[in-house]
Amino acid sequence: MKKLPGGIAPSEITPREVYLSRRSLLAGALAGGAAATLPAVAEDAPPAERLNYTLNREYSVNLKPTSFEDITSYNNFYEFGTDKDDPKANAHTLRPRPWSVTIAGEAEVTGTYHFEDILKLQPLEERIYRFRCVEAWAMVIPWVGFPLGAFLQRFKPTSRAKYVAFTTLYDTRQMPGERYPILEWPYVEGLRIDEAMNPLTLLVVGLYGQVLPNQDGAPLRLIVPWKYGFKGIKSIVKIAFTERQPPTTWNIAAPNEYGFYANVNPHVDHPRWSQATERLIGGGFFSRQPTLMFNGYEQEVAQLYRGMDLRRYF
Amino acid sequence: MLSVDKRYRFIYKPVVFVASLTPALYLAAGAFGLFGLSLGADPVAHLLHSCGKTALNFIFITLLVTPVRRLSGFTHLLRLRRMLGLFAFFYVVCHFFVYLVLDQVLDLHAVLQDVTKRPYITIGFTGLVLLIPLAVTSTQKMMRRLGRRWQRLHQLIYVVAILGVWHYYWQVKRDIREPLLYIFMLSLLLGYRIVVRWQTRRRVTSKSGSATAQERI
Repeated sequence: MKKLPGGIAPSEITPREVYLSRRSLLAGALAGGAAATLPAVAEDAPPAERLNYTLNREYSVNLKPTSFEDITSYNNFYEFGTDKDDPKANAHTLRPRPWSVTIAGEAEVTGTYHFEDILKLQPLEERIYRFRCVEAWAMVIPWVGFPLGAFLQRFKPTSRAKYVAFTTLYDTRQMPGERYPILEWPYVEGLRIDEAMNPLTLLVVGLYGQVLPNQDGAPLRLIVPWKYGFKGIKSIVKIAFTERQPPTTWNIAAPNEYGFYANVNPHVDHPRWSQATERLIGGGFFSRQPTLMFNGYEQEVAQLYRGMDLRRYF
Repeated sequence: MLSVDKRYRFIYKPVVFVASLTPALYLAAGAFGLFGLSLGADPVAHLLHSCGKTALNFIFITLLVTPVRRLSGFTHLLRLRRMLGLFAFFYVVCHFFVYLVLDQVLDLHAVLQDVTKRPYITIGFTGLVLLIPLAVTSTQKMMRRLGRRWQRLHQLIYVVAILGVWHYYWQVKRDIREPLLYIFMLSLLLGYRIVVRWQTRRRVTSKSGSATAQERI
């Protein structure tokens, strides 16, 4: 486990050996159900605690958030099954603590870091964002997290860092859906560096003020509010700076249906359905509403795509 | 002991009727929040998919009548087939109206675009249209009036079944395990008919074949 950039004292960081031994203790405890390892288990047990955060009004929409129940029971997270209610039923096998994230690629500072240490780096903020799934349904979600851009800057990306690539955990015991070749595992996603640095792009660790539930991508997920939901990769274990555009899972699965950019765009339809409107979850019957360009974040992000043919780069 | 006629009239048909209506009642209870039931976070999608799948199931059940009565010898099962077929039509119509009224909120322009531009909707819509003449000609009177042509007309159900399964298969995003199961069941139902037809033809040709052989002698 390496020292994090940003003035964290080495003493604050758990030595790698301790962390690894704790991990094996935990594995042992889970395998044998031994009570002797209680201290380690207690420390690593997934906390259902509330987070400390402040609401960022500037970046929040003034809309009524979708209910916690709907946000946590209507999920696309194929690592736990392909039905919307599968993730809630099955995600208990995921162990979001302890967790570590590897930063790699075209940056001066790279290494593997404790999730807890990453959390300490910056204050958390709440942002109420629109959420638009490529399947033409939408939510309003009060995320808790921190901006990806400022976080990435700590690792001093080099001039060759043109893209950022993300990887989800690959572990068929924790994520049983990865046993089925429905998608290519592990799930991978990517952003252009300027998209990653946009202040709207968020690394999320919670919702509704609570630690992120497993089915929503615990412990760390990406949210890019002007893009379709599948860009918001969940349960991230690796972030790499790359020179070339990284492969992305849904694009590999169906390149004519899901592009690298996946910007919300009511004028560019999915080959099989219209993207002009969306069903707002929790709105009951007659909840169809028009979809907004860049999901309503046009002012903030339109300049990123100036001069690009959005039909071609969908 | 009741006669077969009476048993169908007073027991079997009412039971099958209520059983066939159960999915619709269950969904209606969910829609109105009765008995603690609900349609979940995305009620329109839930209704749409449930009606569609129930329609497919009823098409399959209807197609099962012939093989089951041939293989089991319960030939009078045929008396249930019309009701089952009409329930298939009923659920297809529900599926369409959920799409038209709840999902598209009667936006006829959007519906027209969907039907003409999106192949899986074109296919599904074609299936619905093809079912209409079958429902209309399902009465005893129409059966008598059409005579032998009735049988030919109602073979359209095979086309409808194929279109329905295709429509389902094509709209699934990635996990095709369940549509594959439907394709498998459809192949059994249609395969049975192909085999039966092939056997009948062989019997006929072998008879005529032996006849020519005898003629030769």
